[in-house]
Amino acid sequence: MTPLLQVEGLRTHFFTRAGVVKAVDDVSFAVDRGEVLGLVGESGSGKSITGYSIMGLVDPPGRIVAGSIRLDGREIRELDAESMRRLRGNRMAMIFQDPMMTLNPVLRIDRQMTEAILAHDDVSRATALERARDALGRVGIPSPDERLRAYPHQFSGGMRQRVAIAIALLNGPDLVIADEPTTALDVTIQGQILYEIQKLAREAGTALVWITHDLSVVAGLADRVCVMYAGRIVEQGTTAQVLDAPLHPYTQGLLDSVPSRNARGARLRQIAGMTPSLVDLPDACAFRERCDRADGACGEAPPMRVAGGDPGRGARCHHPLVPWPCP
Amino acid sequence: MSVYVVRRGLQSVVVLFAMSLIVFLGVYAIGNPIDILINPQADQIDRERAIAALGLDKPLWEQYVVFLKSAATGDLGHSFVHSTPALRLIVEKMPATMELAIAAMLIAVVLGIPLGLWAGLRPHAFSGRAIMAGSILGFSLPTFWVGLMLIMVFSVMLGWLPSNGRGPTVEILGVDVSFLSLEGWRHLVMPATNLALFKLALLIRLTRAGTREALMQDYVKFARAKGLSNARVIGVHVLRNILIPIVTVIGLEFGSVIAFAIVTESVFAWPGMGKLLIDSINLLDRPVIVAYLLVIVAIFIAINLAVDVLYSALDPRVRLSDSKG
Ligand SMILES: Nc1ncnc2c1ncn2[C@@H]1O[C@H](COP(=O)(O)OP(=O)(O)OP(=O)(O)O)[C@@H](O)[C@H]1O
Ligand code: SF4
Ligand SMILES: [Mg+2]
Repeated sequence: MTPLLQVEGLRTHFFTRAGVVKAVDDVSFAVDRGEVLGLVGESGSGKSITGYSIMGLVDPPGRIVAGSIRLDGREIRELDAESMRRLRGNRMAMIFQDPMMTLNPVLRIDRQMTEAILAHDDVSRATALERARDALGRVGIPSPDERLRAYPHQFSGGMRQRVAIAIALLNGPDLVIADEPTTALDVTIQGQILYEIQKLAREAGTALVWITHDLSVVAGLADRVCVMYAGRIVEQGTTAQVLDAPLHPYTQGLLDSVPSRNARGARLRQIAGMTPSLVDLPDACAFRERCDRADGACGEAPPMRVAGGDPGRGARCHHPLVPWPCP
Repeated sequence: MSVYVVRRGLQSVVVLFAMSLIVFLGVYAIGNPIDILINPQADQIDRERAIAALGLDKPLWEQYVVFLKSAATGDLGHSFVHSTPALRLIVEKMPATMELAIAAMLIAVVLGIPLGLWAGLRPHAFSGRAIMAGSILGFSLPTFWVGLMLIMVFSVMLGWLPSNGRGPTVEILGVDVSFLSLEGWRHLVMPATNLALFKLALLIRLTRAGTREALMQDYVKFARAKGLSNARVIGVHVLRNILIPIVTVIGLEFGSVIAFAIVTESVFAWPGMGKLLIDSINLLDRPVIVAYLLVIVAIFIAINLAVDVLYSALDPRVRLSDSKG
């Protein structure tokens, strides 16, 4: 069976004055219907740009320079602008990080919701309005009729993110890319929203790509995890595989810095050093400068190697924590 | 809201009062109108009689009190030169200036917003750069010089357009206007363009900057992620946001267009309030100068109020509250 979303060898580069920024460089992964994929990595690792690339929302000076993105078996990089528009917000949707910024401040909620329906469905305004109200109710917004006539500034951050989620789910998409939608919210609201999205996605069989820098979020949510570093996926596997038996030193570093996974009072270990500049990145392992396992071999970029014969499990590392071929 | 309006009204009265004082003193300092108004051959008795008739024999503070008293009843004094009420002189000239100012503002808006939008959407393309270069010219060339050049080219060399006056006017609702006849249009187009140039440049820059900023906002990306067409993203999401500063500036600049019409009216001999002011200054016709400046201030106040109301209508985050100053 073909996966719902299949990304292969995706490269999205930004052509800036300072040089070529390889924000996404040879990224491959697949997501099945109803599956939740966690895309994890530090700030600047290329998670959002991966999402934008799939949605066809990369702005100049950025450009997808190579790779294939197949939605339901269909190559969407070959689609013209209008066909792509018809997919966006309809078959695939995206939710952004900062709910304070994603809604247009000068337009009423009803307008921002109905326009998303009317862009794809030939229905009456009244029908659209009804669907919008139901959608608000589903994401747990009280008295939706009244709230439809409000402006974004009349909502709290958590409520705005609920509205954004309602908008993303309006047309029953097959794929939702959630770009750190809870990062800007306080912890209790975070939990509620995580729960709601998960529930809604499960009910509708929607595939979910959950972007986050927080491994503890992924633990309770994702079926599978991809760890990104400097524009590349450095490790992938099921959530249990990646969290309980990491292969890549970077994943191990991320795990060591998660508070809840460590004993109380134990010192958290931060990964030493900084993410490298993505401008004109040399053809070596990008983690080399920060890795305590690095040696001469790491001057050459490691390929993604499949571990233990499981095609969904692998890492890009010459010296993984469990030596190759990693059962 | 009603408290707000009352408060604004009271503030306006205070501003007008302060302005009248400044203007009164300022005009007094310019010079003595008697020297210009009275025949140098007149004898001392005639001279004193004339001075008394104009009320100029009284001390300044008393003249001011007299002025205030009649101003409170809507009478801003009589012109020394024409001996008609100063206010009536100005009101008679107002339609000409208003027509010129509105025409200029329309030109600036109708051209400036689309050009600015275009330049904002294509900042690196040749067309976008060319628009910006043009707007720099609009900013830096002095209005009177552009006016003279327009006359040189279109009136003197090509002979297409008349170089001065308003042409025939048509009366609608008791107001004389030029724009209803072809001949009137031919008279209006050049001075209006001249007056529009600076505001056009301003609107282009403002719209371009606003567009570029809005395009980087998450809500634009989110709007595109919803699958909206480009036309809708730009025409609704971007435009609605940049319209807020644009409307504010258009409103506030309208007052200055009326005020700066003086230069254009002088160059094109357009019979408006500005030309009346220049003539009155030359003759030291104090009541007309004072009345003109007060009328301009009143127009500014009215425009400011209108802009505030419009602003709150456009931006849902702003509500006219009684606490606002
Ligand atoms: N317009 C741009 N011009 C140049 N470089 C860019 C541009 N947009 C993004 N990048 C680069 O792409 C890289 C990846 O950015 P991206 O937004 O995908 O990171 P991220 O993983 O989502 O990080 P965060 O957790 O901070 O959101 C960044 O290092 C950034 O420098
Ligand atoms: S390839 Fe070498 S430097 Fe890179 S993560 Fe593995 S061991 Fe470290
Ligand atoms: Mg991001």
